[in-house]
Amino acid sequence: MNLALAPETLARWQFGITTVYHFLFVPLTISLAAITAGLETAWVRTGKEKYFHATKFWGKLFLINIAMGVVTGIVQEFQFGMNWSDYSRFVGDVFGAPLAMEALLAFFFESTFIGLWIFGWDKLPKKIHCACIWIVSLGTVLSSYFILAANSWMQHPTGYTVDKATGKAQLTDIWAVLTQNTTLVVVFHTLTAAFLTGAAFIVGISSLHLWRAKRKQLRGEELDEKQRRQLPAMLASLRVGLVVAVIAGLGTAISGDSLGKVMFEQQPMKMAAAEALWETQAPAPFSVFAVGDVGKGHNSVEIEIPGLLSFLAHNNFTESVPGINDIAAKEAAQYGGKPDDYIPSIFMTFWGFRLMIGFGMTSFVAGAIGLWTTRRKFWLAPEHRRGEDEIPRLMLTKSREMGPFLTKWSWRIGILTMGFPLIANSFGWIFTEMGRQPWAVYGLMKTGDAVSPGVSQGEVLTSLGVFTALYAVLAVVEVRLLAKYAKAGPDTDEKPPAKDPRLRLPSGGSGEDRPAEDADKPLTFAY
Amino acid sequence: MHLHDFWFLLIAVLWTGYFFLEGFDFGIGVLTKALAKDRTERRVLINTIGPVWDANEVWLITAAGATFAAFPDWYATLFSGFYLPLLAVLVCLIVRGVAFEYRHKRSGERWQRNWEHAIFWCSLIPAFLWGVAFANIVRGVPIGPDKNFNGGLADLLSPYALLGGLLTLVLFTFHGAVFAALKTVGDIRYRARAFAARSGVVAGVLTVAFLAWTQAEAGNGRSLPALAVAVAALAGALVMNQRGREGWAFALSGLTVVAAFAMLFLALFPDVMPSSSNAEWSLTVTNAASSPYTLKIMTWIAGFMTPVVLAYQAWTYWVFRQRIGTRHIPAAH
Repeated sequence: MNLALAPETLARWQFGITTVYHFLFVPLTISLAAITAGLETAWVRTGKEKYFHATKFWGKLFLINIAMGVVTGIVQEFQFGMNWSDYSRFVGDVFGAPLAMEALLAFFFESTFIGLWIFGWDKLPKKIHCACIWIVSLGTVLSSYFILAANSWMQHPTGYTVDKATGKAQLTDIWAVLTQNTTLVVVFHTLTAAFLTGAAFIVGISSLHLWRAKRKQLRGEELDEKQRRQLPAMLASLRVGLVVAVIAGLGTAISGDSLGKVMFEQQPMKMAAAEALWETQAPAPFSVFAVGDVGKGHNSVEIEIPGLLSFLAHNNFTESVPGINDIAAKEAAQYGGKPDDYIPSIFMTFWGFRLMIGFGMTSFVAGAIGLWTTRRKFWLAPEHRRGEDEIPRLMLTKSREMGPFLTKWSWRIGILTMGFPLIANSFGWIFTEMGRQPWAVYGLMKTGDAVSPGVSQGEVLTSLGVFTALYAVLAVVEVRLLAKYAKAGPDTDEKPPAKDPRLRLPSGGSGEDRPAEDADKPLTFAY
Repeated sequence: MHLHDFWFLLIAVLWTGYFFLEGFDFGIGVLTKALAKDRTERRVLINTIGPVWDANEVWLITAAGATFAAFPDWYATLFSGFYLPLLAVLVCLIVRGVAFEYRHKRSGERWQRNWEHAIFWCSLIPAFLWGVAFANIVRGVPIGPDKNFNGGLADLLSPYALLGGLLTLVLFTFHGAVFAALKTVGDIRYRARAFAARSGVVAGVLTVAFLAWTQAEAGNGRSLPALAVAVAALAGALVMNQRGREGWAFALSGLTVVAAFAMLFLALFPDVMPSSSNAEWSLTVTNAASSPYTLKIMTWIAGFMTPVVLAYQAWTYWVFRQRIGTRHIPAAH
């Protein structure tokens, strides 16, 4: 069999490409919705213009991003039926329910209230307008919850039976599906990672503006009027981003550790593969670096930290952790076939796992260092304290500033860090999905049995080509648009609505009753 | 009423609601070239659906998700069987959504023109393809004993199906023109009315032809009254449009869409996807349905959430009830 052209291979490539691509936008959408909502709340409560400008600025970037997230999401829903029809038939009774709930509970919230938010600046009272973006945010969180409950069921099926007559999975307990520990921990991990992503995005773009202004000052030049007026919004954003990065980064680490422990129990193969741990060991070491030889079933090069893997799996440094070869033999005995059939790609899982942790934690550490060094008052000698609209000097200790070299690199890392969580998220999903192979639904249905039998290779190849090309073009368009708006910074000429718009009750009259100057006024926002 | 019958009804409602709402969105998209004279007028049209098109499209996501949950086999056969047409629909919906959001974000002539082409074509193509898809669903396609579609693309492009596609395209365009007359002020409002009058006549001919053909091929006693309602509503919409009663005209053009799809679903029931190879291999509300437990859970969720969704979506239309015209369009930025 020519493996490269097996229909399953093409369908998997398509799923991988469209899903990783979709998930570039999802975490930014989740976190930017909430952070924009927080900034708008700050504006509504304090009336400070810097929060208004920050809301508008991040809101704009959020909208460029969510447009892509929404449209690439439709593909996700359709392709279960298109490429994986046997999977859909087998799991529909269980898996379809959270998907339908996601549409009904989450997508309507998101799509309806985003429309109100975009177009409603001069139509809705401030507080209601602000509530709209909070509802969008709630929608994004609900959406992630339902889709992760569905995914968790594929990782660890629960609350079902397999019907004897039809051979299909049948839901017996929706509550078990929605509240099993896999779901809860995965939701926690994904949401914290999403917030780390958005925070790093904000830190990166704020740093870009602040470092640009700072360099100008260092060269002895005056900031121009526009830059000066943008500073307060960018400074506030930087601090918000850093705080969120630290909290979310910590949450990601904690939830990641819990998720690891759940996975050691539910999918030992995935975790053994993540560590390239070929043989069962007690105590088991954590592998820092390894080059494995799948054919021979062991690693040819390895650097280890003794006992750490036992700790990650069981919270003690001595307990045994099962290895790849033992688990594969056990699964082969249980489900039939050769042990090799049950070993996922060790290269992808091992390195995916490390890239996920490495890039994610780099952003967390960068956030923590940034939060400390950009403080304005806390533990600083009086002469080093700064006002609200001064570009921070990076203070290491009470009265010691970073040198020019470190300062330059700190800002640069601050800018670069915006891309790191995106890489971490992608590899996290690649790891978790490839680590489950050969299973589509763990222990119940193999990926090879899940594809659409009636769909030809030519059709899958067509759609794979079309989506890849379309997504590549859209990526270029999107990134360039984001860059344009990110570089431009907040539009400080824009003023908040002068008077708070009032909702008129239906009895108060129709649009025709509005004062004439109101009826002819151009829309504040139009496509 | 069995739960699976109820879910057939609910899915019919979701699809019909989708076509009622995104029907005029697609129509507006077609009108950006067929009616608008310049860029400002195109922007007037696009902004009539600006705040609402996204939520309208979620009706599709919900219809597909509900089909997946309630009738997994229907979902699996439909989506894998109509592979290439659905691929085209997906591509169009992606490009169209991005086009609405990105078109105004740069001022370059080429940038704006390209996205405007995208809005037109990516509204026109799905408006056509949905008709083709539903014509095929109702009349039946080659489905084997394993519930899989085993025909080819040519099986989906019969004259009957193409007529169905033409009907939805023209009907949605008419529905969109009536909507445009209801939501705009100034010159474009009156031209939208005139356009509605012309396209409505064509839509009427196509409605009668396609629905009568459907009635002859797959119809029954239940579907006939719906056919009559569709035709009467379309005639009423034309009369109201002529009299300048735009609200009524829109209600009746909407009713035409609803009645036409109701007729298709009534002709379909109790099948969900009839097999043209052998009637015994047809997917039906019983052999394609999920377990009663799943249907019960979903009934509770849908029962609570649907009224809430309808309420806040209706409120959005109320918030953006003001008519817009060229004078409301801010300068490009």
